[in-house]
Amino acid sequence: MEYTLFILLLPLLTFFGLGLFGPKMKPCVAGIIGTVSLAIAAALAYFTAWDYFSAPRVDDVYATVVPFHVEWLHFTDKLHIDLGILLDPISVMMLVVITTVSLMVHIYSMGYMKGERGFQRYYAFLSLFSFSMLGLVVATNIFQTYIFWELVGVSSYLLIGFYYTKPEAVAASKKAFIVTRFADLGFLIGILLLSYFTKTFSFELLTSGDHSIFADAAGVTFLGGSVISWAVALVFIGCAGKSAMFPLHIWLPDAMEGPTPVSALIHAATMVVAGVYLVARLFPVYYFEAPEVLVMVAVVGAFTSLYAAVVACVQTDIKRVLAFSTISQIGFMMVALGVSGMEGHAGLGYMASMFHLFTHAMFKALLFLGAGAIIHAVHSNEMSHMGGLRRKMPITHITFLIACLAIAGIPPFSGFFSKDEILAACFEFSPVMGWTMSFIAALTAFYMFRLYYNIFWGKPAQHEHEPHEAPANMTVPLIVLAAITCIAGFIPFGHFITADGISYNIHLDWQVAGTSIVIACIAIGVATGMYRTGTSPVPGRLAERFRGVHTAAYHRFYIDEFYQFVTHKLIFGGISRPIAWFDRHVIDGAMNGLAWVAQKTSYAIRSLQSGQIQQYAFVFLLGTLIILVLVLYV
Amino acid sequence: MEITIQETVFFILAAVIVGCSILAVTTRRILRAATYLLFVLFATAGIYFQLNYSFLGAVQLTVYAGGITVLYVFSILLTSTDNRHIEKIKRSKVFAGLIAALAGAAICIFITVTHSFGSYHLTGGELPVDAIGKALMGTGKYQYLLPFELISVLLLACIVGGILIARKR
Amino acid sequence: MEIRMEYYLIISTIMLFAGIYGFFTRRNLLAVLISVELMLNSVDINFAVFNRYLFPEAMEGFFFALFAIGVSAAETAVAIAIIINIYRNIRNIQVKKLGTMKH
Repeated sequence: MEYTLFILLLPLLTFFGLGLFGPKMKPCVAGIIGTVSLAIAAALAYFTAWDYFSAPRVDDVYATVVPFHVEWLHFTDKLHIDLGILLDPISVMMLVVITTVSLMVHIYSMGYMKGERGFQRYYAFLSLFSFSMLGLVVATNIFQTYIFWELVGVSSYLLIGFYYTKPEAVAASKKAFIVTRFADLGFLIGILLLSYFTKTFSFELLTSGDHSIFADAAGVTFLGGSVISWAVALVFIGCAGKSAMFPLHIWLPDAMEGPTPVSALIHAATMVVAGVYLVARLFPVYYFEAPEVLVMVAVVGAFTSLYAAVVACVQTDIKRVLAFSTISQIGFMMVALGVSGMEGHAGLGYMASMFHLFTHAMFKALLFLGAGAIIHAVHSNEMSHMGGLRRKMPITHITFLIACLAIAGIPPFSGFFSKDEILAACFEFSPVMGWTMSFIAALTAFYMFRLYYNIFWGKPAQHEHEPHEAPANMTVPLIVLAAITCIAGFIPFGHFITADGISYNIHLDWQVAGTSIVIACIAIGVATGMYRTGTSPVPGRLAERFRGVHTAAYHRFYIDEFYQFVTHKLIFGGISRPIAWFDRHVIDGAMNGLAWVAQKTSYAIRSLQSGQIQQYAFVFLLGTLIILVLVLYV
Repeated sequence: MEITIQETVFFILAAVIVGCSILAVTTRRILRAATYLLFVLFATAGIYFQLNYSFLGAVQLTVYAGGITVLYVFSILLTSTDNRHIEKIKRSKVFAGLIAALAGAAICIFITVTHSFGSYHLTGGELPVDAIGKALMGTGKYQYLLPFELISVLLLACIVGGILIARKR
Repeated sequence: MEIRMEYYLIISTIMLFAGIYGFFTRRNLLAVLISVELMLNSVDINFAVFNRYLFPEAMEGFFFALFAIGVSAAETAVAIAIIINIYRNIRNIQVKKLGTMKH
């Protein structure tokens, strides 16, 4: 299966090609090159998936394949950094997800970005991102993951700041980069700790279930936790940064300043689930070596999910709603991993998490692309500028509705199946967790339909020109993704991906499923009542009644302000300013003092250097005479 | 103690050299300085004759007294727009220069007088011109073809340089 | 009774220091040049005298004086060319005014 290398190489070559020669091309040529190259990569990825899953199972488990592997940096015989491609069920699934969404976004962008300045640059960055993300998921070792992890960070930074003339976009890109970098520091320290004690970077060794490689770490504790727990907790901080878990989520809503297809690709479907993916990748380590960290993962995921869902209910910018929805859904995946066990039915959470990752990527990309089509039509992100669009944009309307139903968990759409598995896993973990997540699911249904009704129903807003349906190259990806959303739920996911690799038949727990359907329907009903006509007084009255909570939620519970306070007031004021003062007055002062002394001395002696040759000759003669006398008579 | 004609001539030359040297550097008028220089050069030529270096004396007369001094006079006439302009010299500068020069002269004369040069005599007659010619044109030991050629190239370069620098643009 | 060598040396020393004094104090470039000529000339005398008195059978001092005359002729020619050029540029040949050439 060596051809998998081309899945990575094609986007990379496209990036270099478009990056170097893009400005000389016509925009549409660059777009076509990018799209075609990604289409080939996608075809290869599908073929890989077919090849991989049709191969016979060994010991009832899909074999892990390493079709490409080079040693890059050699430290010791056991510790070396390699570059390679690792194919196992989750990486193959991610290949399919990434290439599919990326291809859809490439096609969609041909319409959405048409006529933008820097169209070629945009496609070059998309290719760079696709390359990095694909490299991340097929990494054979944690260090390769880290390298590509940073690369996706860079491409995300570049794409958020694509409209670099807009100050908000620049600020958002910086914010995203700095926050994720900050988290990556934890990740790096985690990697170093892990590799120091296990003497390996390789995923295969780390996740083999062989306890002996952790033997060196046994008995090493720090602040009451074993060192491996600390290491994987630090790795999780990196994951939390990338996957926008509370409290490192602040960058994701701002990242919506980037072009909408980028939000769909990077900040909804692929990059933000990298954290989930990495936790899944290291799942055996978490499960066997640091179960307490796994609980932390679950708690952080649940809290983030709840927080984001509440905030999403009151946002008015449609991309912000979707951003918080994304955070909430990633929280779901984290929770599912956190509550998961390993063997057979206990590993339900792991499977559900990956399943949800898959379905979420599809319907969230669909939602973002739909939102992009709407923004394209009305030239605004604000809900108040929309309304009554269902007649004018029928295709967008239908596909958006499908995605909303999917995320709300209504059968037979894909989201129902995956979310239901997560809820089932949560109920098995603890009823509290189960009911919490069910409540969040209800909130999800509520805010998604609030969004839906505000956009497509209610009274039409005034527009400068009549909104119209998007062109074909934008609607086709919507239709494709909608189709996937409709059928993806019926994929026998447990057959392909489970925690222990052994095939597992998904069976719906109707008690959980029924509850969740009922809850979702109630939430949708409430949203319908409140927002369908757009004239109902209920939302305004509720906002008035719970003014404090509403304002706080609208301001995202002041987390950004808190960060602002910590960084500006505490860190800048308490640490940076004194250091700056010290630098300016003590260090610079010492240097200035030296310069001052030198200057004064120079002024004092500069008359010696008059440029008058006669004066020099005079001094020279005196010197000669003195030396003469000294030599002869002393 | 009788005074030979040699000594008489020497003392006259010495007096001219010392007097005119000092006058040449102390006179305020530049044209006079050049004239005193001419007298010094003449006297120097006299000293060469006295040392039986007639050829050197002749060269001194033709090159220095005849050539260079004329050059000085011309350039002085070319560059001094105002003949009545008398340069003023700062008193402190004169004083410093005087002290340095006197101290140097005193030290050097003291060394010269106290140093023992061993026994020496003014021997040998006139240096024959053919010996000079052979030494100049020879390439052997104590023969000077290379410096001769060098100085000829130097003079050529000076001619070219002088023309190049001084010509009107 | 021949003339002692020291007498010649004293004369040349006086001439040398007269030149040095002139070099220090004079402000006219040509006067400075004249002082330089005095110094060179005094050195020539020393060469000739040492050659004649101490090494009568050799000719090095003689030739050194000869070449020194040539070199000083060359030096004078170039120096005067430069001085005339300066004069043409700034209408002055005072040492102090040469600083204006830098501007």
